Amino acid sequence: MNSVVLLRPVPDPVEELELNGDGTDLDRDYLGYVLNEFDDHALEEALLVKEESGGSVTVLGLGSADEMEQMLYTALAKGADRAIKLGDDVGHLSVRAQADVFAAALANLSYDLILTGVQAADELDGQLGMRVAAKLGLPHVSVAVGVVAGEGSVRVTKEFWAGITAQYDLRMPAVLGVQAARQAPRYVAVSLIRQAQQSGNLSEEDIEVPADPGEVKIVAVRMAESGSGAEMITGDEAAAAERIVEIIRSAGKG
Amino acid sequence: MTDVFVVGEHLQDAVTEVTFELIGMARELAAASGGQVIAGLVGSGVTGLAATLGGADRILVVDDAALELFNPEAHAAVFASLLSGTGASVALVPYTSTGMEISSHLSESANRPLVSFCTSVKIEGGLGATCRLYAGKIEADVEIAGDGAIFAVLSGSSPAAAGRSGGGAVVEQTANPIDPSALGTSPVGLILPEGGDVDITAQDVLVVVGRGIASADNIQEAQALADALGGAVAASRPIIDQGWLPKSRQVGKSGLTVKPKVYLSLGVSGAPEHLEGMKDAETIIAVNSDPQAPIFGVAHYGWVGDLFDLLPELVDRLDGS
Ligand SMILES: Cc1cc2nc3c(=O)[nH]c(=O)nc-3n(C[C@H](O)[C@H](O)[C@H](O)COP(=O)(O)OP(=O)(O)OC[C@H]3O[C@@H](n4cnc5c(N)ncnc54)[C@H](O)[C@@H]3O)c2cc1C
Ligand SMILES: Nc1ncnc2c1ncn2[C@@H]1O[C@H](COP(=O)(O)O)[C@@H](O)[C@H]1O
Repeated sequence: MNSVVLLRPVPDPVEELELNGDGTDLDRDYLGYVLNEFDDHALEEALLVKEESGGSVTVLGLGSADEMEQMLYTALAKGADRAIKLGDDVGHLSVRAQADVFAAALANLSYDLILTGVQAADELDGQLGMRVAAKLGLPHVSVAVGVVAGEGSVRVTKEFWAGITAQYDLRMPAVLGVQAARQAPRYVAVSLIRQAQQSGNLSEEDIEVPADPGEVKIVAVRMAESGSGAEMITGDEAAAAERIVEIIRSAGKG
Repeated sequence: MTDVFVVGEHLQDAVTEVTFELIGMARELAAASGGQVIAGLVGSGVTGLAATLGGADRILVVDDAALELFNPEAHAAVFASLLSGTGASVALVPYTSTGMEISSHLSESANRPLVSFCTSVKIEGGLGATCRLYAGKIEADVEIAGDGAIFAVLSGSSPAAAGRSGGGAVVEQTANPIDPSALGTSPVGLILPEGGDVDITAQDVLVVVGRGIASADNIQEAQALADALGGAVAASRPIIDQGWLPKSRQVGKSGLTVKPKVYLSLGVSGAPEHLEGMKDAETIIAVNSDPQAPIFGVAHYGWVGDLFDLLPELVDRLDGS
């Protein structure tokens, strides 16, 4: 079974986010980027499927973040066979445009499964995976939490809510929006990443950047209200513990 | 005049709460422009459920045994056909596990822009929305060029009561426009969860750990606190995905909704998917080292600091008291 995993960088959620001067976007100059965590799960699931039933894993990365190559080398070190960096120095693209770019790149590849993260934190205009599925007219499951390869089809578990799931058999090729791999994404030693850098398995592909239709425009951004309604407890941990115990007791507990 | 289409959602013989929220939202939008609210309901045996959608003016029902279990590919195609049949230029889709399969398809098939993570939508004075990006940290105001759009709306954005009545509520049966057996997706079956060791929905006190807890071993410290409080430990999704706690302990969109008397979170950021499951708790106390963490937006009390400094102090004060 041959899988293609679509990877996107997102602003590092651990870093403090700052807004640009006119309040219409993040201040992207100083942002660090990391791999979208759900894409990491998509990669893990693809690697598990390969380990179980053979085939190959190809990763496609789009985005101008300096960190993109590092993400692709890391994927190779984890077990991907081939990595392709799409374009160079591409600005921020709408998801609709990203889906066009990925769909064009997919046309040159042979695949049974396309996997990507269920969503990304900055996907304002839809989810990449489902847009790609719609564009290519392929069966799809979003919020996927497990894949079992069969002959010509794949059995996928989808999560609804409250622990309720459903299973689907999908004719391949199919597209999955992965919520969580069956196991936590693996770590990889830095030495293996260095080895991957020497492997020659990363290539670059020119892309045609679709014109941004400009149909969805952010006119203002602000930090979401944080703590506006909350009583913020001040002081050190001892003072905080004192106050929290008091609050819990006044709620009739503890 | 703008008609507003709502993608109705149901599971296990009940319409979901978010569907009523969206119908209520659609009522306000349609009223402002003199349009109608048109809801779609797709499945097997759903005709009876249509009567509950009292906030809609028209309810389009596709009731077909072949659509028994939610089928991502089939439902997306049926809703695309329903939407195009109505001519409505605006559609509201729940940003849920089922809606996520549908919204992008509607955008592609209707060739309309899509806006996700919406908490509010406006039509008058130009289409627009307010959205939660970056796991709830950033709120963005969005303007849309053109006269139509698909909006994927977060659960809990609008009161559900407004969607239960006030519409014409005319139920219209529509033949299934597609043949599900010709598609590449075959539903196998629904799987219900097994009961967990602890029912977190029945607890008065929950100590809720997030990724800030850093390792499986550290959960013991949270357990000691929960024991001292006579409560239980629950968690955010990444803790479950790591395999550190069973699925039955997960709070949120894809986990359980809890309303304990006291919800004390340690190292939970407060992503919208987590907030969905706990924002109605009676007393919410949040501990996080990041003052920007969105959890402080729903908390009643917050402390910015290291959870590992606080935990022993709390246990000390509660033990033997
Ligand atoms: C379809 C879908 C469904 C989902 N369903 C759910 C769901 O049901 N439940 C759920 O929880 N999530 C769900 N998620 C995931 C959700 O988007 C977030 O990824 C998740 O809630 C984040 O968990 P977290 O807050 O523990 O981790 P993070 O967002 O990584 O936050 C960790 C926090 O800990 C703080 N921290 C770190 N160290 C310390 C310390 N020493 N002391 C104090 N604070 C510290 C950090 O400042 C940070 O704010 C879902 C996502 C999707 C796409
Ligand atoms: N197995 C495949 N290998 C490579 N490309 C494919 C494959 N399946 C579909 N595609 C691409 O997806 C497009 C639409 O596919 P389809 O709608 O399945 O005919 C085709 O034009 C191909 O570019």
